[in-house]
Amino acid sequence: MQHWLLTTGIMQFILAYLATAAFGVLLNIPRRAVNLSGWVGAAGWFTYELCYHLLPLSIDGKLAVGNLIAATVIGVASGLAAHYKRMPMIIFNIPSLVPLVPGGQAYRVVRNLVTGNSDLAYQYFVQVVIIAGVIAIGFLIAEFINRVAWHIKRVD
Amino acid sequence: MNESAIMLRTTLLAGAILLENGAEIQRVEDTMQRIAANAGYPDAQVFVLLTGITVSLPKNATSEVRAIHRRGMDLEKVDQVNTLSRKFATQQLNLTELATALEQVNRAVPTFPFSWLCLASIVVSVPLMIAFTGQTAIADLLTCGLAGLTGFTTFYWINRLGSLRFFSEFSGALLIGLITLIGFYITNGHAYHPDAIIIGAVMPLVPGVAITNAVRDTMTGNLLSGPARAIEAVLSACAIGVGIALTSFFY
Repeated sequence: MQHWLLTTGIMQFILAYLATAAFGVLLNIPRRAVNLSGWVGAAGWFTYELCYHLLPLSIDGKLAVGNLIAATVIGVASGLAAHYKRMPMIIFNIPSLVPLVPGGQAYRVVRNLVTGNSDLAYQYFVQVVIIAGVIAIGFLIAEFINRVAWHIKRVD
Repeated sequence: MNESAIMLRTTLLAGAILLENGAEIQRVEDTMQRIAANAGYPDAQVFVLLTGITVSLPKNATSEVRAIHRRGMDLEKVDQVNTLSRKFATQQLNLTELATALEQVNRAVPTFPFSWLCLASIVVSVPLMIAFTGQTAIADLLTCGLAGLTGFTTFYWINRLGSLRFFSEFSGALLIGLITLIGFYITNGHAYHPDAIIIGAVMPLVPGVAITNAVRDTMTGNLLSGPARAIEAVLSACAIGVGIALTSFFY
């Protein structure tokens, strides 16, 4: 675990930060949000990698549970960030999704269909469906957590 | 123009800006409903589809429609509409001021200079290639950076030329495939991983966010707009996949 953290974990964290912040620039997010959205994305991808490393499941199971937890983390973190910066949540959660989102798999489905590997295409298609569904559910859970947190804060 | 007509037009404009720049259907409906309520028409009916918006006032028996043809991603505009709507809610702006400010937002918002976009496309491609595949050979890094940059700039300029949406993705992917192929012949395939390079370089183009948004829109009960978004995403995945596949026969 400690070995993984030092060799892979920190590296993945930094890579995800860079990719998220840069994707934010491509989506033209406000300048003062670029840095923070990078951190949100890094937290999400790090969670996913940690789950992938720790969970004793099949690859599809790891994908499903890892993405679910990572999407929940991103949803909660971008709720906090949106509240702190007084900006809509979409500015933080859309760029942060870039490492998780099944864009790479979606293109691989079509590519493998065209080159005649329909078995491989089917495998990737299953992954697209799993990941997209699970991320949407993760965001629902995060929404729920955010609302409960708001409610508790207001009662105090 | 009387006040209800101004209200209808302003609400439609706010909704159109949000929808054209990547907001979810629910956010568009919420914002429009809030603007209408704050303008003194809480009974206004808002109906949002991915391809068009309707607002109507049952009391006056009037309504207005606006078709949405162009959909892109510009989160700066989403943020500004959100800020303006909040200001309108706290009465720092009146309805005419809101309308002028929205038109300003629709015309121009600050964007990043083109050189930043080029740099960003490299910084998206290369770290994601390393994160996904763990390849760090020098030839891979260089080719991936170059391919990501070329793919994105092609996509960007063809999009600017007009409404050739899927063609822009296709030609971006085709160039990514060509650059990877040229790199393969230069290095003779020694310490060179075409699959890893391509997966990194297509990341600025792929419709991953669109697929996820399609599922989210469907889950909030927008049973027409969600699947429509999914079709759009599938078409752009096809354009990219075919573009890459055309070059992958030569390895």
